[in-house]
Amino acid sequence: MHQTLIASHAETSAEIAAEKVVINAAALSVTYETSSGPIHALSDLTLKVQKGEFVSLLGPSGCGKSTLLNVLAGLEVATKGSAVIFDTPIRGKPHPNVGIVFQKPNLLPWLNVLDNLLIPIEAMRKPKAQYIDRAHQLLKLVGLERFASNYPSELSGGMQQRVGIARAMIYDPAIILMDEPFAALDAMTRERMSIELLRIIEASGQSIFFVTHSIPEAVFLSDRIVMMSSAPGRIVKEVPIDIPRPRGLEAMATPRFAEICGELRGLYC
Amino acid sequence: MPNKDYTRIVYPLITLAILLFVWEFTIRYFQVPEYIFPSLGSVGKQLYVGYIEGTMYQHLGFTLQSMVIGYLIGCSLALILGVLIAESVTFEKFIFPFVVALQSTPKVAIAPLIMLWCGYGLLSKVVMVAIISFFPLFVNTVAGIRQTDPALIRMMRAFSASSWLTFHRVKLYAAAGHIFAGLQISIVMALIGAVVGEFVGSAKGLGWLIQSGMATFNAPIMFAAVLSLIFLGLAFTALVKFAQRKLVYWDRQPSGAPAKA
Repeated sequence: MHQTLIASHAETSAEIAAEKVVINAAALSVTYETSSGPIHALSDLTLKVQKGEFVSLLGPSGCGKSTLLNVLAGLEVATKGSAVIFDTPIRGKPHPNVGIVFQKPNLLPWLNVLDNLLIPIEAMRKPKAQYIDRAHQLLKLVGLERFASNYPSELSGGMQQRVGIARAMIYDPAIILMDEPFAALDAMTRERMSIELLRIIEASGQSIFFVTHSIPEAVFLSDRIVMMSSAPGRIVKEVPIDIPRPRGLEAMATPRFAEICGELRGLYC
Repeated sequence: MPNKDYTRIVYPLITLAILLFVWEFTIRYFQVPEYIFPSLGSVGKQLYVGYIEGTMYQHLGFTLQSMVIGYLIGCSLALILGVLIAESVTFEKFIFPFVVALQSTPKVAIAPLIMLWCGYGLLSKVVMVAIISFFPLFVNTVAGIRQTDPALIRMMRAFSASSWLTFHRVKLYAAAGHIFAGLQISIVMALIGAVVGEFVGSAKGLGWLIQSGMATFNAPIMFAAVLSLIFLGLAFTALVKFAQRKLVYWDRQPSGAPAKA
């Protein structure tokens, strides 16, 4: 699937249009009115995500990438422009076929891991009993099957974040938005989690929109990187990543990897 | 599980023994009159008369009754109003200024008014206790709900949770530590409220015993009543702390004690 997408940049625009566009952000602007004048968090941003793609939004702190994710997640409303997910316009209301992973796991400390996983089910007013099997499957997928009855305080940061990822997948959304999910983890755990994430996604095949400020992380994970400038954030370039999948740690040691990282660094600095 | 620390029981008992010794010694050495500061013996005798022969149970019972009923009423109102004000800005605008006004009124000052309206029996004491124990829990409930981690609320919104679900699955639990702190403070205030009510107008109760003891220069009975009140205070605080340990099971210090005392 990923090989096809890499080749698609050489196809005609008609063939590209035939691939389903699952996220379509057009001329998005987000402006905050403050006492010291308007703040432009996002300025005229246009981007698309295709079905099955792993797209990273890469940019420095404050460039508005989290704002863009919030708009797509339905947590903020854009001042101008449109955000469309699966042909549904998004205006302040989360799309039911989208899952979200936050920078901090945001697990409820008074619920055990299993109940935390089922929170989105409760929110959707569906019967929890129907999803218990899926919850256990997801725990197995993220490598935490023995921890279903544990409480978040008993888990490490990386483990909690894995629960957060499983929670985002409990209702099997076709898109997962991830807002710097590994930023709060130490560097070594971060690398391990990147590999884990690829393994998890490999099994399920969702479209991923991933926000990060780490160049190597974006290159390792993505099919395509959208590079943003610092505030007010604009798209500097879109860079396809032609490193073959499946990617293991050794991909990070290849010359092609360093080449792409260098190109991105050049764009940024 | 840490080993039970027996020094935590033995050491205070040693301090108590020393204090009791100093008490008795000072009384005898300085020949302090009984009506000013009773001796250990006479207080002990009064406690015997009160609780083994049973003359004080009716007073203990009366104070206990008004304290418990008033506390339950005051706390229920505090929780309900606290939740409403924390969750509804409209409700807050209607009600909050009056709550602040009542809070700023020294309850001791309105005790005589309550006696006037509710008589000298149990009702006036219950009202007094309810009013005085309302505020600490109320303030803590509002504060507790409002300080819920915004990230958790955002998370719930991201998964399309209703306000009700966010409230009873997140905010209520997030506020639990504050609520129990409020319950603890309120129970102490409830005791004060019961005693003040009895000072102002009563025919029985531990507060009444203190006051009538003062009028008859009966220091031993005053002491015995105060000790009974201390006992009530300790017992109920321990009860609330126990409930906190059981109900707020996720918020722990490493020692196993609740994280928010």
